[in-house]
Amino acid sequence: MTASGAEAALFWVLAPLMVLAALGLLFARKAVHAAVCVMFVMVGLAILYVAQEAPFLGVVQVVVYTGAVMMLFLFVLMLVGVDAADSLTETIKGQRWAGVLLGLGLAVVLLGVVAQATFPPAVGLAEAEELTNPVALARVLLGDYVLAMEVVGVLLVTAALAGLVLTHRRRLSVRPTQRVLAAARVAGIEEGRSLTPLPAPGVYAQNNAMDTPALGPDGQPLPHSVPRVLRIRGQERSATAVLAEEETLVQRDDLRLIGVGPSSGRTAEPAGEGPEGPAGPTGSAGEDEDSDGEVR
Amino acid sequence: MEITNYLGLAAILFAIGAATVLLRRNAIVVFMGVELMLNATNLAFVTFARIHGDVTGQVLAFFVMVVAAAEVVVGLAIIITIFRSRRSASVDDVNLLHS
Amino acid sequence: MTMQTLSLAPWLVATPMIGAAVLLLGGRRTDRWGHWLGVLASAATFVVGLVMLLDMLGTPAEERVAVHTVGTWIDSGPLHVDLGFQVDPLSLTFVMLVTFVGTLIHVYSVAYMDHDVDRRRFFGYLNLFVAAMLLLVLADSYLLLFVGWEGVGLASFLLIGFWDGRRENAVAGKKAFVMNRVGDMGLIVAMMLLLATFGSVSFADVLPAAGEGATAAGQATMTAIGLMLLLAACGKSAQLPLQAWLGDAMAGPTPVSALIHAATMVTAGVYLLVRSGPLLEAAPDAQLVVAIVGALTLLFGAVVGTAKDDIKKALAASTMSQIGYMMLAAGLGPVGYAFAIFHLLTHGFFKAGLFLGAGSVMHAMDDDVNMRRFGGLARLLPVTAITMGLGWLAILGVPPFSGFFSKDKIIEAAFVGEGWRPWVFGVTALLGAGITAYYMSRLFFMTFMGRRRWSDGGPGDDGAPVRHPHESPRLMTWPMIVLAVGSVGLGGVLAVGDRFVTWLEPVTGHAEHHEPVLPVWLLITLTLVLVALGILLAFRQFAMAAVPVTPPRANVLVRAARVDLHQDDVNEALVMRPGQYLTRALVYTDRAAVDGGWLGLAGGIGRLGARLRRLQNGYVRSYAATMLGGLGIVALVVWALAS
Repeated sequence: MTASGAEAALFWVLAPLMVLAALGLLFARKAVHAAVCVMFVMVGLAILYVAQEAPFLGVVQVVVYTGAVMMLFLFVLMLVGVDAADSLTETIKGQRWAGVLLGLGLAVVLLGVVAQATFPPAVGLAEAEELTNPVALARVLLGDYVLAMEVVGVLLVTAALAGLVLTHRRRLSVRPTQRVLAAARVAGIEEGRSLTPLPAPGVYAQNNAMDTPALGPDGQPLPHSVPRVLRIRGQERSATAVLAEEETLVQRDDLRLIGVGPSSGRTAEPAGEGPEGPAGPTGSAGEDEDSDGEVR
Repeated sequence: MEITNYLGLAAILFAIGAATVLLRRNAIVVFMGVELMLNATNLAFVTFARIHGDVTGQVLAFFVMVVAAAEVVVGLAIIITIFRSRRSASVDDVNLLHS
Repeated sequence: MTMQTLSLAPWLVATPMIGAAVLLLGGRRTDRWGHWLGVLASAATFVVGLVMLLDMLGTPAEERVAVHTVGTWIDSGPLHVDLGFQVDPLSLTFVMLVTFVGTLIHVYSVAYMDHDVDRRRFFGYLNLFVAAMLLLVLADSYLLLFVGWEGVGLASFLLIGFWDGRRENAVAGKKAFVMNRVGDMGLIVAMMLLLATFGSVSFADVLPAAGEGATAAGQATMTAIGLMLLLAACGKSAQLPLQAWLGDAMAGPTPVSALIHAATMVTAGVYLLVRSGPLLEAAPDAQLVVAIVGALTLLFGAVVGTAKDDIKKALAASTMSQIGYMMLAAGLGPVGYAFAIFHLLTHGFFKAGLFLGAGSVMHAMDDDVNMRRFGGLARLLPVTAITMGLGWLAILGVPPFSGFFSKDKIIEAAFVGEGWRPWVFGVTALLGAGITAYYMSRLFFMTFMGRRRWSDGGPGDDGAPVRHPHESPRLMTWPMIVLAVGSVGLGGVLAVGDRFVTWLEPVTGHAEHHEPVLPVWLLITLTLVLVALGILLAFRQFAMAAVPVTPPRANVLVRAARVDLHQDDVNEALVMRPGQYLTRALVYTDRAAVDGGWLGLAGGIGRLGARLRRLQNGYVRSYAATMLGGLGIVALVVWALAS
C-alpha cells in the first residue's frame, strides 16, 4: 500500500520542515528558540499521526506534548533564566567530534537498517479501526494492556509526588509571626525606615504608571513612591515633566468643549485649582514590593 | 510514496535528538533532545502499526507518551534542584563524581 | 629403686624451677632474701638427689635403670612422646654433680655478687640454669632432652650477657647463643632422622633398637644421625668447629663461668654422646669422627691455653681441652664412656675449684684478669692459693689427685685398639697432658709465685696498678675448700676397684678390658714424665725468671694462640662472610625478581588505572557518547553476525 498523493504531498512538505526545526534544536543558541523549534516538530508529528490513521494519538500528542510537556519546559526555562544563552564553545576535549561522528553514524546506521529491511506490504488500519480509531485503541488498551495501564497510572502519581518532593524547599528558619514582623517594622524606624507602607506611585489626570512619583502634601515628589528597581535602573519619570505635560493638555481646545477650558467663560485658574488635586498618596493599603523587602 | 519514508524521517529525528544530547550543554536543551528521540520512536511505532494493520503500535506510543510525561516531571524537578544549588543549568557543571 | 624415691624425680627439676620463677617473677620485693632462696632451692635439689642416690645404691645393679613417666606430653598420630624422667646411674651422677657443685657455686655467688644490684636476678638465672640442666640429664627422650638443652642455652645466654651494660658482654652472650643454635640444629635434624628411622625419640625405644636400625635403615643414615648428634654436642661442649663462643663466655660473672665449665652446659655434649652410645656404636664412622674432633679440640684448647694472659680465658681454653679428652673417650666406644663421665665428674670438681679460685683472685685484684699483673699472691691469699694449687695438681693428673685416675684412664683407653688409631689418639692424649701441665703451671706460677707485678701503693713500682689484695670472705672460701677436697679425694675414692665404672655399667654396658698397645706402667711413666717436664718448663719460665708485664713478641704459633688460633677469623671467613653474601644475594634477588615482579605488575596496573581514570571525567555527555559508541559497536556486531 502506498500513501495517497495528498498524504505524499503533506509528508514532503512537512518532513523537511520538521528536520529543519529539529536542526534548530541542535543549533539554536537560545534555549527558548530551541523549545519553539521542538514544539514545531511536535505539532508536525501530530499532523503526521492524523495522516497515518491515528487521530487519537495526534490529539494526545498536541495535548500532552505541545500542551503540557513543552509548556513545562518553557516554564522551567523562565525559572532558570530565559536570557541565558548557551555558550557553544566546547569544553570537553574531543566531545564535539565524537558527538558529530556518533550522530551522523547513528543516522547512517538507522537509515541503513530502514533501507535494507524488507517490510511486508502495508496492511493499513482500515480493518483494525472498523469502528473508530479511539474505540479500537480503547479495546486494546483496556483489554490486553489493562494491567500496564494501571501501572502507568501509579507511575504518574509517583512522578507527581517526585516532582513535589524534589522541588520542595525545606524551611530552615522559624516562620516569622505577625508580632515579629511588627516588631521588626518598629525597630526599623531608627534606621530611617517607615512604619507605614510606602506611598503608592502618583496618580495624575492622565497618568498613573508605576514610574511616576506621587507628590507629598507639600507639593514635592516623593521618591519612595516609585519602586526601588525602577529608581536604580534610572527609569523613573520626573513628576514635574508629567505635570508640565498635563498642563499642555489642559491648555488645549478640546478641553474647552466640555466646559473646563479657559474659553468656557469662566476665568479659570488652572494652576490655582491645581492639578495637584488628585496628587499625593491615595492611602491605598496595598503593600508594594519594597515594604516586603524591608521586612526581610 | 512508500510508507517507509516515515521511518526514515523517524531515524533522522532520532539521530538529531541523540546529537543534541551529546553536543549541547544546557540541561533543558539536552532534555528536549531526549524528548525528540522519544517522539521519533513514537512516529516509528505509529508507522509500524499502519504497516501491520494492528493498533497495538499506537497503544505502545501512547504508553511512551505517558512515561515521557512522568519523566519530564521528574527530570525538570531535578534540573530545578540542581539549578537552585549550583546556579547553573549546564550538565558539565554536575561533574562531582569525577576522579 | 622404690617407687617413692623414683617419684621424686620431677622435683629435681621443679625445685630449682620454682626458685627461678619466684626470683624472676617476684620482683624487687624478693631482693632482700632472694639469693638465699636460690641457694636453698639448689641445696634442696641436692638433698632430693642424695636421697635418690642412697636409694639407688641400695638396689641391685640390674634394677637401677628406671623411668618415671608423669604423663603424655605429645600424642600426635604416629608421634607419641611421654613426659618422663630417666633415672639411672648416669643421670644420677649428673644430678649429683650439677646440684652439689651448683650449690657450692650458689653459696660462693652470695658473697661474690654481694655488691651487684641485680643479685636476685642473677640467682634466678642460676636456678634456671640448674633446672634446665637437670631436665636435660633426666629426660627420657631426645625431645624432652631438647627442652632442657634449649633451657641451658637460654640460661647461658642470660648469664654470659648478665652485665649487658657493656657491649662486649652482650655480644659474647649473643655469640654463645648463636653458636649453640648451630648445634641445636644438629640435634633437631638428628631427632628428625631418629623419628624417620625408629618412629620414636624416646631413649627406651631408640637405644636398644640402634643395632637393628643400622641394618634396616642403612649405614649412611646411622652415620648421619651420629654426625648430627656430634654437631649438637660440639655446639654445647665448645668443640671444634663450634668452639669459638667459650672464650668469649668469660664475659659473664666468674661463678657463671664455673657453672658453665664445671657442672652444666659444656658437659651436656658429653652426656648426649654417652647417652647415645648405642647409636654411635651402630655408626663406626661417626664414632671415629667424634674421637678425631675430641683429639683436635684437646690440642687446640691446650695450645690456646699456653698463650692466654687472661686468667679466665686460660681456664676456658683448659676446659675446652679437657672436654676434648672426654669427647675422645666418648668416641672410643664403651671402653671410654665410663672414663669420659669419670673425667667429667672429677673435672667438674677441680675446674669449679679453679674458676672459683680465679674469681677469688679477681676479687682480690679489683677484677683484673691479666696474669702478667699478678704474681706473688700466695702469701696474701693463702686459702685461694692452696685450693687452686690442689685443683692445679688435680688437673695435671699428678697422683694421687683425682685427675690422675680419670685422665690416665682416658690416655690408657686411647692407646687401645688396632692399626693407626691407638698411636694417633694415644700420642695426642699424651701430648695434651704435657701441654696441660705446662699451661696450668704457667697460670699457677704467674698468679701466685714469682715477684709481684702490681703495686701496693709504696714507692718503686712505677706504672704498676695499685692493688690491695686480701683473702675473700668465708662464703667464698668454704666452697673452694670443699671443691678442693673433692679434687683431691674424689678420683681415688671412686677409682678403687673400678667402683665408678661398675656403677655406670647398667647404662654404658660392660666393656671388656683390652690391653693398650703399650704397657700400662710405661704409659703412666710417660705421662708423668711429660707432666713433670711441663711443670719444670713453666717453673723456669714463670717462677724463676721475671715475667714481662707486656707480652713479649713471640713466634708465629704463640701469636696465633693469643688470638685463639684465629678461630674468629676462620669463622668469619668460612661462615659469616659467605652467609652475608648469600643473604645479600637472596635479599637482592627477592627485591629485584620477586618484589620487582609483583611491584612492577602492581605498578603497571596502577598506571593503567591512572590512564583509564581519565575516561571517568564526570561529564554526563562523555558517558552518553561512550554509551552511544558502545551501542554502535553492538549494532555493528549484530549486523555483521546477521548478514
